[in-house]
Amino acid sequence: MQPELRNGEAIPWRAIPELSLTEFRSALLQRCRTGARIAVWFAVPATEPGYLTMLAVLADDSASVLYPMAAPYRAGTPFPSLTPELPQASMFERELWEEHAVQIEGHPWLKPVRRHAHAARHDGPALPSFPFYRVDGTGVHEVGVGPVHAGIIEPGHFRFQCHGEKVLFLEIRLGYQHRGLERALLSASEAKQTILAESIAGDTVLGHAIAYAMVREAIAATSVPYAADVTRGMALELERLANHVGDLGALANDVAFLPAAAYLGRLRGDVLNLLLELSGNRFGRSLVVPGGVRTSFAPEKRTRWIHQLATIEADLEQICQLLWETPSVLSRFEHTGVVPTAVARDLGFVGPTARASGVARDVRRDHPAGAYCFAHVPLTLVSSGDVFARALVRWTESMRSLQFLQEQLADFEPTQLGRALGPSQPNVVAVAMVEGWRGEIVHVGVTGSHGELSAYKIVDPSFRNWTALAVAVRDGEISDFPLCNKSFNLSYAGHDL
Amino acid sequence: MIKILAARWRQGNRTLRQRVDTLQLPDRFRGKPILSPERCGAGCEACAASCPTGAISAAPLTLDMGRCVFCGLCEGACPTGAIRFSSDHRLAATHRTALRLDGQERERILTLGAELRRLFGRSLRLRQVSAGGCNGCEKELVATGNVVFDASRFGIQFVASPRHADGIVITGPVSRNMEAALRTTYAAVPKPTLVIAVGACAISGGVFAESPETCRGVPSDIPVDLYVPGCPPHPLVFLEGVLRLLGRL
Repeated sequence: MQPELRNGEAIPWRAIPELSLTEFRSALLQRCRTGARIAVWFAVPATEPGYLTMLAVLADDSASVLYPMAAPYRAGTPFPSLTPELPQASMFERELWEEHAVQIEGHPWLKPVRRHAHAARHDGPALPSFPFYRVDGTGVHEVGVGPVHAGIIEPGHFRFQCHGEKVLFLEIRLGYQHRGLERALLSASEAKQTILAESIAGDTVLGHAIAYAMVREAIAATSVPYAADVTRGMALELERLANHVGDLGALANDVAFLPAAAYLGRLRGDVLNLLLELSGNRFGRSLVVPGGVRTSFAPEKRTRWIHQLATIEADLEQICQLLWETPSVLSRFEHTGVVPTAVARDLGFVGPTARASGVARDVRRDHPAGAYCFAHVPLTLVSSGDVFARALVRWTESMRSLQFLQEQLADFEPTQLGRALGPSQPNVVAVAMVEGWRGEIVHVGVTGSHGELSAYKIVDPSFRNWTALAVAVRDGEISDFPLCNKSFNLSYAGHDL
Repeated sequence: MIKILAARWRQGNRTLRQRVDTLQLPDRFRGKPILSPERCGAGCEACAASCPTGAISAAPLTLDMGRCVFCGLCEGACPTGAIRFSSDHRLAATHRTALRLDGQERERILTLGAELRRLFGRSLRLRQVSAGGCNGCEKELVATGNVVFDASRFGIQFVASPRHADGIVITGPVSRNMEAALRTTYAAVPKPTLVIAVGACAISGGVFAESPETCRGVPSDIPVDLYVPGCPPHPLVFLEGVLRLLGRL
């Protein structure tokens, strides 16, 4: 009997049958051929020395269930790569190989995810053992960008192989932001864990803080009061709104349509200021704690908030209509940086990146938790997969977030905001998924025999989606790279952990 | 074109009119902590025990804003109100010691000398380096350039090349993987180089101070001229600090 769990639940280790590596591999493949996909796949040290336990959680989006599966792995045993048959496995296999020396065999391009060879890095970002992919031939040239970029952006290195203006290949090397987050989380106090979770990606404070809190609540088998769930949902939508609006402004800036860039930049700040009024911090830090939230909306401000949200909605409508009606904007947005539907599905992209390529995937709909069990946010789907599609998805989702906020605010009463957590259950696996503004966030917490956190795994949406940028710029013009990059606006810190 | 003009009319002028140092932020904003050591109960260490970054020591009561992430847990833990967060955003300091609060008033910012003020006072070009920053501080630095805060009206701008810069602004705990790139960038800025450390991570390592993958903030051989505390600091914290450093406030 295959065990199941739902988003925000914990399952005892012993309820997960231990498969052999061969069974694990074929069961994973079988599930993914019949509608499921990999939500997370990682390894934890086993009690027996020299062994690891591989743990995968597969998501069946149509049934809203998650399938955990486990297999012991003895150090040095070859594991035939799933990537050739199941490309979405690629990043997870590279990570298993890098972090636990799992002997992945037959992976088309096994290379580090985040690790750099410090000793070899004094003369530049190149790792001697993993040279960049290179194209040779007459007129072919190479462009290297980063890790320090021209704007105020996180570090990463982009290596282009070009023929004239045309990009033949882009290789993205990350890891510059690696702070050892997962390890730091295990040795931290609970209060510090919350702050670490908020710092996974500083623009996705709420998405990650909610996921972390859900894991702790699942481990403690404690449910959150309704008012806390609604507060979290509203804060998460404010975060989505602020970032989507900011991205639309940045896209306008990259095609030199400055009126919209300036107005949207201001509008993003207005949304952040609502978060500041709510939590005391423009990014919503210190709002979410395991068990609930620390503050909520002050009812006496309800009328002003509703008015302010309506103003933001009207502004956004007017400014975005300018974008959609300006030919010079559309000519840069349309048919630029196309990610085909099949590629998005095969590589397991998530969030607006997937939904702009016609892949209907949204945790709020597929695996609802908290406020989303009771209030549904319609899914946005565009199929053209270009920069225009990603802009349109952001705009539509912003409008939907505003509707959600106005509906919730209308009759919200901040009654009970938190509940004390019960004792942590020993030997369980807890899974939490949150639809952050960039897409699906997955956190997994594993407890030991005393209920202590013995392993913690974080999957930021950017971990899956960076490949989408490499796909999008292929065969395009290198001058479109900044625009393509901005249309995804992925997290370096969230990827590098 | 008419629609663009109509939108322009509707949007109006949104740049802050008030002085950046006297502007009032909302009540819930956690700005400068106010310490009242005289209220401390004997032997009470509730604040220090609650602090996730070890920024507080209880006897005598001190709070290091360079390590503080302004989470406000200490305020909730203190039974006597000896620590509370005001909405005062004037937090930046030119010396590391000035970030350590003990309830006494201290001079926070020493204005640059005449020669540096002459060089940088009316036009300051900065190069930003994110070294393990989570994109919180980075986003707030971007925001200093938007139409609301509009740093460029003070002559403060972020530039693309270190060769064009008068100084660098460092964010993040300085991940080991960014250490070399940070040093290279610093070396590429013409002398004299102004160095501004933004956020708890850059100042002290913040929540990553114990991680072996980081350098616990800006390495000591890169001398810092201005510390801008916060997690992340509000754009006004940065602007107030820089303008005061330049003698513009």
